[in-house]
Amino acid sequence: MKRFRALLTLAWSAAAATGAPYGGELRFCLYSEPKTFNPLLVADTSSEAIRYMTAGVLIRVNRQTQELEPELAVSWRVVSEGRGMTFKLRQHVAFSDGTPFSAEDVAYTMRTLFDPHLHAPTADSFRGGTGVKIDRPAADEVTLTFPTPVAGMERLFDQVGILSNKSPKKEMASLGPYYVARYKPGSEVDLARNPYYWKRDAQGLRLPRIDTVRLYIQQNRALELIRFERGELNLMSAVPPEIFDQLQARMPAAVRDLGPSLESEMMWFNQSPKAPLPAYKKQWFQSREFRRAISAAVNREDLCRLVYRGHARPAEGPISPANRFWFNASLKPHRYDPKEALDGLSQAGFRLRDGQLYDAQSHAVEFSIVTNAGNQAREKLAQMIQQDLKRIGIRLNVVKLDYSAIIDRISQSLDYESCLLGLTNVDLDPDAQMNVWLSSASNHQWNPNQSSPATPWEAEIDRLMQAQGSELNPAKRKAYFDRVQEIVSQEVPFLYLATRNALVAVSPSLQNANPSVLWPHAVWNIEMLALAPEVSKK
Amino acid sequence: MKAIRNLAGTLLLFLLLAALYPSVLTRAPYDRQFRELPDAPVSRQFPLGTDELGRDRLSRLLYGTRVSLLAAPAAALLSTILAALVGGLAGFLGGWFDRAAVAAIDLMLSLPWLFLLIMVRATLPLNLPALVSALVTFGLIGLLGWAPAARIVRAGCRTLRCSDLVVQARACGIRDGRVLVKHVLPNVRPILAAQFRASIPIYILAEANLGLLGLGVADPLPSWGNLLRPLESGLAPDWAAWAPLILMLVVVSCFYLTQPSEVVVR
Repeated sequence: MKRFRALLTLAWSAAAATGAPYGGELRFCLYSEPKTFNPLLVADTSSEAIRYMTAGVLIRVNRQTQELEPELAVSWRVVSEGRGMTFKLRQHVAFSDGTPFSAEDVAYTMRTLFDPHLHAPTADSFRGGTGVKIDRPAADEVTLTFPTPVAGMERLFDQVGILSNKSPKKEMASLGPYYVARYKPGSEVDLARNPYYWKRDAQGLRLPRIDTVRLYIQQNRALELIRFERGELNLMSAVPPEIFDQLQARMPAAVRDLGPSLESEMMWFNQSPKAPLPAYKKQWFQSREFRRAISAAVNREDLCRLVYRGHARPAEGPISPANRFWFNASLKPHRYDPKEALDGLSQAGFRLRDGQLYDAQSHAVEFSIVTNAGNQAREKLAQMIQQDLKRIGIRLNVVKLDYSAIIDRISQSLDYESCLLGLTNVDLDPDAQMNVWLSSASNHQWNPNQSSPATPWEAEIDRLMQAQGSELNPAKRKAYFDRVQEIVSQEVPFLYLATRNALVAVSPSLQNANPSVLWPHAVWNIEMLALAPEVSKK
Repeated sequence: MKAIRNLAGTLLLFLLLAALYPSVLTRAPYDRQFRELPDAPVSRQFPLGTDELGRDRLSRLLYGTRVSLLAAPAAALLSTILAALVGGLAGFLGGWFDRAAVAAIDLMLSLPWLFLLIMVRATLPLNLPALVSALVTFGLIGLLGWAPAARIVRAGCRTLRCSDLVVQARACGIRDGRVLVKHVLPNVRPILAAQFRASIPIYILAEANLGLLGLGVADPLPSWGNLLRPLESGLAPDWAAWAPLILMLVVVSCFYLTQPSEVVVR
């Protein structure tokens, strides 16, 4: 009993010293069912959230500074002319079940990651990394060597959760601050504090501070709002603007608009020669002047003000200002100017007669835009673009389809004219966008799977992307990708519309919260979070 | 009961007139976005306020009512005609046609019609003007909705086929086609009328379902379905946003109240 009292006193004195109490349960919502708990197979946001809180990684991208920080690797260096990396591993670390962590676990994880039978989405990030060679020059060192150089390789390890080679719990044994303690399908996932977690705070006290994390699987954001206001939830991520405004009126101290996120909305025209569209429409869509005119006719300020209630900003290009290093600050959003749009169209042979725009062959300018049904923000964007284009004599037909029908049209049948969808860049490095920018790529949406670049500017983008992908000097890579962004802004294959702000709500009872614009926003520093004493005691 | 039916009928008539002549109540076009006045409160200019894009709610409600009140009966008429054809011929002719028709009816009834509608709609041409999309939406609903009515019509016709009336007509040498038109059809007309009336509110709700999923009538044309969308989140900004739901409930109730209490098949 005396020993227990002593421990209790020690805990209370620790809490008093840091000002942050220990214990309690953090509660928030996942918006879909997690598809997997295997950190190497993660492909959805819910599983990604769980991986972030449970898996240990060698290197972590700090969500505030966007710099790399040592985690399970205390140091690392790039070797073999950019083809490999040597990691010096942290000692005296154990998995959540007590199994010791060693270099063998890293080797096992990398072997599993590149196992062709596993089809690990994370492995795709390591372009050309299929034949990874693993060496262990010392007991606490691992060297990984890939067949070709991988640009920005270090930050890819932020997504590689280390598995245990020896633990009987296999992928459920975790090196992160928490482990999955219970899963009720359709209802909740409970995480418990990893008793062997290696990290300590500045005072040398154990982390994480909160004992358990309860993740409710809840899609309805209105219900989430009610529960948050009742105090049943401690935080809300990616808050929709209308909920944010309601919450701001009722709990101003709880909401935070973090500024531009990595998420933006964009539209593009189908420029594929294989598309089953009339030749005159393909000619419009392949015309740079036409695309630029449409871009100038869209009032982006209005889109941000009405659809996102001011919690967005007109988008400059493919990279959001939230991505500090790769954002090209010299780019500006396309200016709203219907007169300039009409002038541009006039120079391209279009004529406005009786409020209707006609092309040089007297075809009335009318096209459709497909977007996914059920996304109210996108539906509103489409309605506003419809009204904007009506002002320059273009009739836009808005077509809402279910998501699978859209994917089929934009990737298989190519039977569509233009498309409005969103873009989420989870990875900060442009290397992750190779599958969009290379003309041969399947996600080169406006004209996918080209055998050779259809236009000189696409050939230039191909060259620049390949150059940045094999260059190790970050400044040179940045220069190459800046040029890509400039070409995209000039040629307008994508019309970037709005960059959404990251909106979060954090209960005043949650201490040390320092939400980031980068995902996972409010819980990026989960091990440091603490609950106010009155809440943690409950 | 008759008084309630008359009241419901009068209310429906009044709503139909308001929907046909919306300019009497509001001058704002349903698709005009007053972008400087989003979510405007109720005022003389906007009696129900404006929506999040600054569009006049009353104007959109009246045009949406027009779409539903005109297109749903048209869809009901289409499905009733199909039901009369399939069910009537199956019940009257019997034999292999009856067996084939029953199989077709069972198949149609077993299909998840909402998914079928979504699937069929996804295959339609993309460049449909909004008005055509409204007609297509209700047309599809009508085309896919004939099976329940056909089953009832078939049962009525089977009863009539064995009736003294039809046996006597055939014994007199009257051809089948004439028997069908002159003797059977007048006797199943009350069933068809009841099916027609019962289908209207069902189709109004079907369009609302599709509209709630964002798959109904195309923008900017309003319909009750797409007007209900802001309520989906449970975060309607004010009471006026609930007007489409209230009006839909009133209209659907009125359609049910105007129906006669029983159908007599002689």
